This record gives sequence, C-alpha cells and structure tokens, in this order.
Amino acid sequence: MHEMSIAVAMVEQVTESPAADGYGTVSAVRLRLGELAGVVADSLRFCFSLACAGTVLDGAELLIDHVPGRARCGPCGAEWATGMPPQLCCPQCDGGRAELVQGRELQIVGLRHTRSDTADGAAHPASVQVKES
Amino acid sequence: MCRVVDLQQAVLVKNDERAGTLRTELAARGTTVVNLLSSPGSGKTALLEAELALAASRGVPVAALTADLATEHDAERLSRAGVPVKQVLTDGLCHLEADMLRAQLDGWLPDETRLLFVENVGNLVCPASYDLGESLRVVLASVTEGEDKPLKYPTAFGLAQLVVVTKDDIAEAVGFDEDAFRANVRQVNPGVEVVLTSARRGTGVGMVLERALAVAGGERAHRPVMARTGSASGDVTGFGHTHAHPHAQDLGHEHLHGHGHEDLHLHTPVAGVPARSHS
Repeated sequence: MHEMSIAVAMVEQVTESPAADGYGTVSAVRLRLGELAGVVADSLRFCFSLACAGTVLDGAELLIDHVPGRARCGPCGAEWATGMPPQLCCPQCDGGRAELVQGRELQIVGLRHTRSDTADGAAHPASVQVKES
Repeated sequence: MCRVVDLQQAVLVKNDERAGTLRTELAARGTTVVNLLSSPGSGKTALLEAELALAASRGVPVAALTADLATEHDAERLSRAGVPVKQVLTDGLCHLEADMLRAQLDGWLPDETRLLFVENVGNLVCPASYDLGESLRVVLASVTEGEDKPLKYPTAFGLAQLVVVTKDDIAEAVGFDEDAFRANVRQVNPGVEVVLTSARRGTGVGMVLERALAVAGGERAHRPVMARTGSASGDVTGFGHTHAHPHAQDLGHEHLHGHGHEDLHLHTPVAGVPARSHS
C-alpha cells in the first residue's frame, strides 16, 4: 500500500510549489500514470482523497491520464506496446537492448484552483503558466 | 475565478533526489549500498547471514540494516556475523524510503564500511518504487515461489540489477524449472544476471559478494530496460520515475514524448471532464 506514501507526496508537491500561496482551493489535480509505474490507480484515488483532507486540496478530484507502456529497440528500430506483464525483449530481433519510450510516468501535470482572495493575480512565477477559464 | 496551472513534477522526485544525494555522499566516503528485495520468507536473511560471514572472513568491512514491520529477530540473527547490524522497525510501513535510510545511518554507520546491505521489508510490490540510494539492487526469489514470479511482480524484477535464486538446495524436491524462470526474468529484464544460491550449502554466496564488490569498485551495474527512461534525474540506477525536471521546485514546460501543452491542461470545467478510465 505504498499508494498512500505517493498520495502524500503528491499533496506535498502541490502545497510546497512556489505558486501555492495563490492557489486558494485546489479542485482538481491531473496525473500522468504509466502502465509500468507500479501504482494502482484506484488505490491511489482512495489514498489521495485521504491525503488531501485538511489541506488546500481538500475535496480535490484526481484526474488520471493512463500512459501505456511502449518500448523501442535501438539496434533494429522496432517499437511495440509492452503490455502487462511487459515484454521488454524485442519481438522483432529478440534483442535485449530496448529503451522504454513511455510507461513509467508518475507525474503531476496540471491542477485547477480557485484563486485565493489574497492573491493579487500576479503572484505566480513566470515559469507557471496560468490560464483564465 | 478558476485557474489552470501547468505543474510538471514527478511525484517521487523528492525521494529520488534524496536517494541521489545519499548515493553521492556515501560514494565519497567509499560506501556502496546494496538493496535486497524479495517476498517474505524467500530467504533474504539467511543469504545475508552467509554474505556477512563471508565478507567478515575476507576482511571486507560490511554492515547490514534490516527492515521489518515488527520484531528484532533478523538483527539478532545477522549480528552473529560480528559486523555492525541495525534493525529498523517501520511500524507498519510496507517499504523503506531514502530519508528513512539516511536517518538510520547518522552516527551508526562506521566510516570504513565498504558495503552496506539493506534488507528491505519483505514485499515485492512497494519497495520496488523507492530508490534508497543503492548502487546495486538485488531481487531474490526462492525456488519454492514459482517460475512465474518475475511476471507477477514485473516492477520489482524489471528494475533488478542482479536476480538471485535462493534455496537452490531444494530445487529438485520442489520441481523448480530454472529455464522457465530465466526466460521469465529475461522477458521483463533482458540482460540481467541470474545467480543460483543456497545459503545452507554456501553455493553462490561468493558470487553475490563478488558482484557487489565489483560495483563498489566502480564497475557499472546492469541497467534494466525498465530503468532506461531518459530520466533527467541523473541517478545512476535509473530507478526514479520519469522526471521532466531534475528539481522538485523547477516548474516549467518541458514535455515528454512530444505532447503539446493542450494535452497537459485542464481546459474544461472539472464537472465537464469526460468519465475517467479505471484500471
């Protein structure tokens, strides 16, 4: 049940980000989750709801973008869906020198928040893109 | 007033950073960490007892840290080798994390330690996700566990830098199919070495120690396919999950795999987000 540790890490990452002061309430967090990340989505959802309690993320929804595992064989150029359990030997040349193209992601890629009343609207560092909606 | 923030951060980046820092600091003082992962009851402690005794007999300065949910039984067993041993009780937590390991080392680990063996919590799921700052990750499976173990626990076996089969002395009695096991290991981790051991007979014990010492001596450990993710974390083992950035506080727009921004933002009100797929 390491999903709880991961959920706590997610909440920490959001609340400790430089822009967090201007978040007010966070209503949704979007996560990219790879097929080979070793994390169970439903378990993570449950843990996330608990980890958010009492923080600016209280009640926030977790939106998960599932990323299928894909590998590429350097020597022969073949690319394939790894599946689960993953096939990481090249199905074309049987070589063992592939690289993962994708599938190990465990990344917060976006969040939706309601600006806090105290924020002046310009409190975000330039590196954080803010869109009005 | 709703806003959307693009926040490219790997969730485990903090653990990965701490692990990387610990690995660097330990390397500077000549200590290499070996992380042992397996199911409960697969024979980690018995093999580790044999490794510690062999290292001690050869004059190699080693130490061991063993993690369990409860009891100090393993530390008591390992202490017999006469090397520094420490028990960590995780109080129910199913895995070790890098900062937990670091907290244990301060004031305990002798400066001259060449190899620090970390016996992780018996669990093939959770510990696989956490880099502890090791330079060699060893995943063990006993002959009694079934040849398909590597396929059932692909993250653990897929990230192994050395696979060790334990209890080989009873392989015949339980009908262990070595070829099938090796084929399954190869599927999830092509190129990783598989070593057969028997702590009871002492076979293979020297080879595992030899591999650990080779890595401590600067030899590059096996880099699993699953770890070759183009991670920007800079960690030598590549256990970290995909990172867009090497620093936790570095919020930017470097996207993976050519996805445009439009894929990474919540454009629609949350209420209007299409039904999510479930795993």
